[in-house]
Amino acid sequence: MTASDNKRLRDVALLATLVVLGFIMLVPLMWTVLLSLKSNSDLLQSTANAFHGPYTVENYAAITKSSGVFRWLMNSVIVSGLQTIGVLVLASLAGYGFARLEFPYRDQIFLLVLFGLAIPEQAVIITRHQLFTGLHLHNSYPGLILPGLAAPFGVFLMTQYFKAIPKELDEAAILDNASRFKIFWKVLLPLTIPAQATLGIFTFLGSWNDYWWPLISATRADMFTLTVGLSASQINFAQTSGLGYLMTQAVFAAVPILIVYIIFQKYIVRAVAGAAIR
Amino acid sequence: MTASSLKSRGSWTNALFVAPYLFVYLCLLIYPLIAGMGLSLFKADLFGGGTFVGFENFARLFRDEVFLQSVANTFYFVALTVPPLTVLPLFLALLLNRTTRVAAFFRGVFFSSSVLSVTIVTLVWRMILMSEGGLASNITALFGAEAIAFLSDPKIVMISMAIITVWWCLGLPMMLYLSALQQVPKDIYEAAELDNASWWRTLWSITLPSVSRTIILVAIFECVLQFQLFGQPQLITQGGPNGASRPIVLFIFEIGFRRWDVGYAAAASQILFAIILIATLVQYFVTTRRSRSEALAQPKVRGNA
Repeated sequence: MTASDNKRLRDVALLATLVVLGFIMLVPLMWTVLLSLKSNSDLLQSTANAFHGPYTVENYAAITKSSGVFRWLMNSVIVSGLQTIGVLVLASLAGYGFARLEFPYRDQIFLLVLFGLAIPEQAVIITRHQLFTGLHLHNSYPGLILPGLAAPFGVFLMTQYFKAIPKELDEAAILDNASRFKIFWKVLLPLTIPAQATLGIFTFLGSWNDYWWPLISATRADMFTLTVGLSASQINFAQTSGLGYLMTQAVFAAVPILIVYIIFQKYIVRAVAGAAIR
Repeated sequence: MTASSLKSRGSWTNALFVAPYLFVYLCLLIYPLIAGMGLSLFKADLFGGGTFVGFENFARLFRDEVFLQSVANTFYFVALTVPPLTVLPLFLALLLNRTTRVAAFFRGVFFSSSVLSVTIVTLVWRMILMSEGGLASNITALFGAEAIAFLSDPKIVMISMAIITVWWCLGLPMMLYLSALQQVPKDIYEAAELDNASWWRTLWSITLPSVSRTIILVAIFECVLQFQLFGQPQLITQGGPNGASRPIVLFIFEIGFRRWDVGYAAAASQILFAIILIATLVQYFVTTRRSRSEALAQPKVRGNA
């Protein structure tokens, strides 16, 4: 009797704690949405006006008229999509090579790749920028996509994953006289789909939210990604076309990735858990 | 047939699988790293032409008060963010480590900020913290108090950056803790319940010891991550007031891409690289020790299940 009372009391306390913490977590986002629903002149008077009506969708109507944001959205989709595909292809090929095949200096080369995990993007930025200037790659899609393909995390993940697949599978295929590539493509690759999902989700999220490289490489407004485009409006904060409008841009930029997140939530959770166990 | 496949085993053609990645890796990561080390020994500007100055750039860095301030700021920021980012997500994970729908909903809530980009996060938080019209100042006004200068007081600004960062980053460590907690064998808890062990006692003697390695891992991982602070101050305060929120990466960015003193910026990059390398090596040794002990623990866990 007392034990179950205790348990119920504990459950109520737990739920109350969660509701309070969850509310604190969401307050910043709710405030942003409120501001985006107010007219700019109302907010100029006082942002406290956001606590009561009248609310309006005029900022959302205004955003559909400015072409910039849609262009940035499209750039983000192209860059993140192609970068994700590129990472999956390169990391799968290399992962198979390092895990299953023998070639001279294989282990030394793998160590060299592992070393890359310790190189922060920020430490190579000056010379990488010079390299891309020399190749005339700034303000282009290849220029935005390529640097993400060099990150060693995917190769590391895929190598571990290929190593975990029983070797008997490819040995049977070798007896059938299948080529190396055929074994990779037909036998082993289908088994790595969970790892592909993990790596794909991480790469897409990372690329979509990347700010550092596009900020430096994309200097023309038509080549901005959503992240950089939004920062340009933010840095000109003083001359902005209005707080409500700015917040509408933030909501507009957040919605696609939040939708992706809600759809793939289960997989993202699994991906994080998978990466932790690796 | 077997003989020929054996012979081809050690051949260079096998390396074709790793060649595409290796090419990208060498060109876009290793070459810039080595070229950057070289460049740090030159006095060079945007237009290439540089003069060899040896270690003069490094000597200059250690005399440069702006740089030294940015190093101090970065360490201060890491000290402000890593403890809460290690403890708070663990607390959340302990609350949410159950299979109910309510728990799943709140996991989603606490992870949601992690999928946003730094530009959205800073825009949202500027609306909270700015002294004129921010949500915080609206709330203090309700109580008739004066607005806190979250972004313009040099003593407070780094704390504000830390608050923003903790809100933004707590989702990932929470998930790491949750997956660690789920690997703790259930029957230990059942045994504890039979022994009438209190909740508190169970936490201290069973739960925390079994996730202790994850705690260490999260702490190091967050150190590496938070040393790379850039977007939050760059977007909200541009490093101000008086450089009080300028981290190392913002220093590199300003010197390299605003003043185009690229040799000097490359030298500062080497310092950042050295700091991160040390942290990563520590992480590497902890992880390898972890996986070895996990491999030892594995059969036992399976036997229990």
